[in-house]
Amino acid sequence: MLGALTDNWELWRDAVLGTLTLFFASGALALVLGFVVGAMRVSPVPIARAVGTAYVNTIRNTPLTLVFFVFVFAVPVILGARIDLMLLGILALGIYTATYVAETLRSGINTVPVGQAEAARAVGLTFSQVMTSVVLPQAARAVVPPMMSVLIALLKNTTVAATFASAVINLGSIRSTLSERGENSLDVLLWVALFFIVLVLLLSWLQQVLERRWKVAR
Amino acid sequence: MSQTSVLYDVPGPKARARNATLGVVTIVVVAAIFAWVVVRLFQTGQFEASKWEAFGYQGIWEQIIGGLLNTLSAFVVAAIGALVLAFVLAIARMSNHRAIRVPAAIVTELLRAVPVLVFMLLLYYALPDLGVRLTPFQAVTIALIAYNGSVLAEVIRAGVESLPNGQGEAGYAIGLRKSGVMRLILLPQAIRAMLPVIIAQLVVALKDTALGVVVTYEELLFIARRLGSAATLDRPIIPSTIVIGAIYIALCILLSWLAIVVERRLSRGPKSGGSTRSKKANAVGETSTTKLIAIQGGHQQGSGAPPV
Repeated sequence: MLGALTDNWELWRDAVLGTLTLFFASGALALVLGFVVGAMRVSPVPIARAVGTAYVNTIRNTPLTLVFFVFVFAVPVILGARIDLMLLGILALGIYTATYVAETLRSGINTVPVGQAEAARAVGLTFSQVMTSVVLPQAARAVVPPMMSVLIALLKNTTVAATFASAVINLGSIRSTLSERGENSLDVLLWVALFFIVLVLLLSWLQQVLERRWKVAR
Repeated sequence: MSQTSVLYDVPGPKARARNATLGVVTIVVVAAIFAWVVVRLFQTGQFEASKWEAFGYQGIWEQIIGGLLNTLSAFVVAAIGALVLAFVLAIARMSNHRAIRVPAAIVTELLRAVPVLVFMLLLYYALPDLGVRLTPFQAVTIALIAYNGSVLAEVIRAGVESLPNGQGEAGYAIGLRKSGVMRLILLPQAIRAMLPVIIAQLVVALKDTALGVVVTYEELLFIARRLGSAATLDRPIIPSTIVIGAIYIALCILLSWLAIVVERRLSRGPKSGGSTRSKKANAVGETSTTKLIAIQGGHQQGSGAPPV
């Protein structure tokens, strides 16, 4: 049981690094892109709202596996260049997760009662003052717990990167590599599952701590 | 629509002009991206007849329909199984007996934490080491039932816990047993309140059938890949991506649309319980998807009652 881990130490290290790279890089991309799309969805420009809605509804109704399929097989053809598979994986995960980030931001903003902003405007605050000292602080607190859930889902979704691009070494693809080396699939996969259980429980715990600290009393 | 947005005031003439400019800029940028993709597809010859010839053959469509049926059958079995498992886990986790409650909680948390893909690989590649050989269909459906069942169990539990204590207490007061209170009073209200979230989770199950590709289950994406790499058909990988992708998106949008219809009906319906409505008022504009994300990640909203 332990042999599967200790005999292939470097491979496990690379796989964990690969998973964490996918997680952090696509997480950063998803947060940035999700912020832009979320802003579009709550903007006063009807066309921007429509574009944001179309993006969210299309991508959210597409299986992540299909998004990877498009990025691995179709995007290199369209760009006419060979692209690093890790980069394609990050783009696919980031673009997929961005829709969830956008929805979370939007619903976070929707939890702030309209009266808050109206009161702020009534006492004469400017737009930027209304945003920075009244609306966004309240929205940010409401957003943090569900945003952690999005990140937990993203962590689990990094394994999907292994479906079409097993060259991307991560915890989803390590089984095929190790079974070529004659390791027992059961041992390998149980270690992978254990890794995810530990990380997910850690993130959930962090989420609860943050939630308790930042709860908005309404 | 957004006349009373919390973010901005009702626009005046200046803001309206600025919004119009931004609208034009958005159109130009989006149109430019689309145009560039289409031009590149043309340049790389994706719209040539030879690439699309495959979709003129009856045999190819029979394969695609076969893939579609495989996707749908895995989805139907997984959806029914997940709902059954969800009720079992939810009721067990709300039990008064520690010996039932604790194992149910552990199982639910474990099944939720393991990625579906890893679970599928475990079922398909690792179980033969223990002497159990599953077909790809069984591996796909069991993995989907386990994951979605545990998520749905939490959805149902959150629904029950969002009900006011008076509901259950009134049930006991008129002499119902525990099972009667759960079956006749708590569960019907919880399911009603959570129906949109439940359907949204079924959309997730439908999307995740595409993971079956890793255990060689011959669903739509598997067919798309095989078609796309067929040399005799001029390797139509992009045409088959477009066709299969359209089928997937259509299926999921259809199911999501059902969730929206149900959500509208419930919020309008006269009989939707007063308590759940007041809870809903707290979460104005919160879509079923966001609630779902929250529950999938391990965090529950609206669970006002203290854990039993």
